Amino acid sequence: MSKRVCLQSILSVQKACLWGVLSGLGFQSARHQLHLLPRRQISRCSQLFNASQHNSSTTPKVLVHFVNQDGVKSSVTVSEGETLLDVVINKNLDISGFGACEGTLACSTCHLVFEEDVFDRLEPMVDEEVDMLDLAYGVTKTSRLGCQVTVEGWMDGMTVYVPQDVKDQREISKGSK
Amino acid sequence: MVLFCKIDDVNSSLVSVSVMPILVSHFNPRPKMRLLVQKSLFSIAKCTRTPTSNTVGKFNRHRGLCTSPDPHTKVCIVGGGPAGFYTAQHIVKGRPDVQVDVYERLPVPFGLVRFGVAPDHPEVKNVINTFTQTAQHERCRFLGNVTVGKDVSVEELRRAYHAVVLSYGAEGNRSMGVPGEHLSGVYSAKDFVGWYNGLPYNKELRPDLSHDTAVILGQGNVALDVARILLAPLDMLKTTDITQVALDALAGSQVRRVLIVGRRGPMQVACTIKELREMVNLPGTQPDLLTEDFHGVQEALKELARPRKRLTELMLKALQEQGARQGDRKWGFRFLRGPLEVLPTPDGTRAAAIRLALNRLEGSGEGARAVPTGEVEEVPCGIVISSIGYKSLPIDPAVPFDPRKAIVPNNMGRVQDNTGLYCSGWVKTGPTGVIATTMNNSFDTGRVVLQDLDSGAVDLTEAKPGLQGIAPLLEKRGTAARAGAYRDFS
Repeated sequence: MSKRVCLQSILSVQKACLWGVLSGLGFQSARHQLHLLPRRQISRCSQLFNASQHNSSTTPKVLVHFVNQDGVKSSVTVSEGETLLDVVINKNLDISGFGACEGTLACSTCHLVFEEDVFDRLEPMVDEEVDMLDLAYGVTKTSRLGCQVTVEGWMDGMTVYVPQDVKDQREISKGSK
Repeated sequence: MVLFCKIDDVNSSLVSVSVMPILVSHFNPRPKMRLLVQKSLFSIAKCTRTPTSNTVGKFNRHRGLCTSPDPHTKVCIVGGGPAGFYTAQHIVKGRPDVQVDVYERLPVPFGLVRFGVAPDHPEVKNVINTFTQTAQHERCRFLGNVTVGKDVSVEELRRAYHAVVLSYGAEGNRSMGVPGEHLSGVYSAKDFVGWYNGLPYNKELRPDLSHDTAVILGQGNVALDVARILLAPLDMLKTTDITQVALDALAGSQVRRVLIVGRRGPMQVACTIKELREMVNLPGTQPDLLTEDFHGVQEALKELARPRKRLTELMLKALQEQGARQGDRKWGFRFLRGPLEVLPTPDGTRAAAIRLALNRLEGSGEGARAVPTGEVEEVPCGIVISSIGYKSLPIDPAVPFDPRKAIVPNNMGRVQDNTGLYCSGWVKTGPTGVIATTMNNSFDTGRVVLQDLDSGAVDLTEAKPGLQGIAPLLEKRGTAARAGAYRDFS
């Protein structure tokens, strides 16, 4: 039995690595078929991939600002090709409960609110993402799941917001104007 | 048997020797499940830090439970499911001087994530990783196999801790209250789910699946989980961590049609779209919906909010395409029907059919009411599964309880008239919502607890013993000795 399990895990890691390579090269459509892969495997592989890119000093860096539930802003420089969920985990940002299902489209806890102009340029949502957003807390017209949004160069300087309750949300919009 | 697991302080040999045989014999998990259990236990056991102090009493000396100095503020949480762990996470993070102890009736943590989430939803179970991190925190302990209300009272916990949070969930189920509901062949969805997930209490359920039609009463996500498990191809189930007992029973199942009955109409259905989509896409099945149930629905679509609109559109799509799909097994909603009676076989021994009252709707939208038209319908079925909701039960006479809403009456998680007593999860809100709902409601309670600790609303000037006050009580009452594991730990 242990052999079988071992084989399965090797196969799935290979699949995940393939995903990492494809997404790193910009084959975004691949994520639609493979979006249910466990995030942890994906991120491990994309880290390896990114590390090799990093060595050749070709990975463009993108500045992203996160505003957490308490309205506290963190600014991080991240690599293209990481999902925003990867960013929150890898940079250890202080967002309680973020990414509970680890990027497998089974919850809505990596819900982020985008600025409208950024939101309009994002890749379209798959049905399964909308399914989960429909259950999210404080959903807005510019909400997405962080696990489904991959950082790209044009996003440099964008701010994303962790949704709060109605009162706090109003304070955020006031603060951002 | 009390499992006092400090999730990273316990000596590994103790856990593997004393816990594993108990787990394997109780839960009889399939290989994948067993791996999961082993994984979590080994993560529980992986730390081999040597206890350093012998001045903190028997408990701490033997299990290395104490961090030095002992955190001053003592909080205990009753129930080691998602609500308990999310509340613990928030409190531990919020104050550097707080010790959180999570008491759980079962020997193992994570409640409905382990025993409620469907076996074909392993991705939802990833939340266990976060809970394990919380449990491994140096100021958090998991205490398994302690039944609060029996082994120790809430009053005793309140004397030993500065704050007590009730997160014990909803272990009861609402009954249909109709004649025949105790016949053989009638099950509660809660027991059925417990059975296929390996919950020890439901090990002996042995549902008789030698019937063509099963009727499920209720149209929430649990109803759809049950329908999916009853109709899923065996090869699909084999890849999940469903128990071997359930897999064997389902292999011999004769169930070919599952009808999911609700009192109200398609626009009031309680399930969420993910579960409906899985049903629609389930290989080897086709939908069996009634056109007349959807009268006027297309026209009403544009008035609906997005979540309800998308859910309704998916149902309409299934209705339109139902002739085109191939499959020898069928599932279908039956709307506007409520149970009147489960009818027995001629010998009176078991369920043979269900008599349903036909309803019409009064009003519209989410608040529409079902009113009987006076017409009735009988549906032959050998299996009836009642899935009309879980229900919290009172835990202790000293704790207020609202029997009508079946919750602990509270204001934002503060239990009425009881300073220092809180609630979170289903016992606070009632048994609805997905994991994100429970997470947010538990964080809200955690926030309120922290506010009260910070503001002095809860008196922190008095030193409280925490676990050191409770442990001797458990030992005296024999809880500790019940199955030996506790003796091994101490």
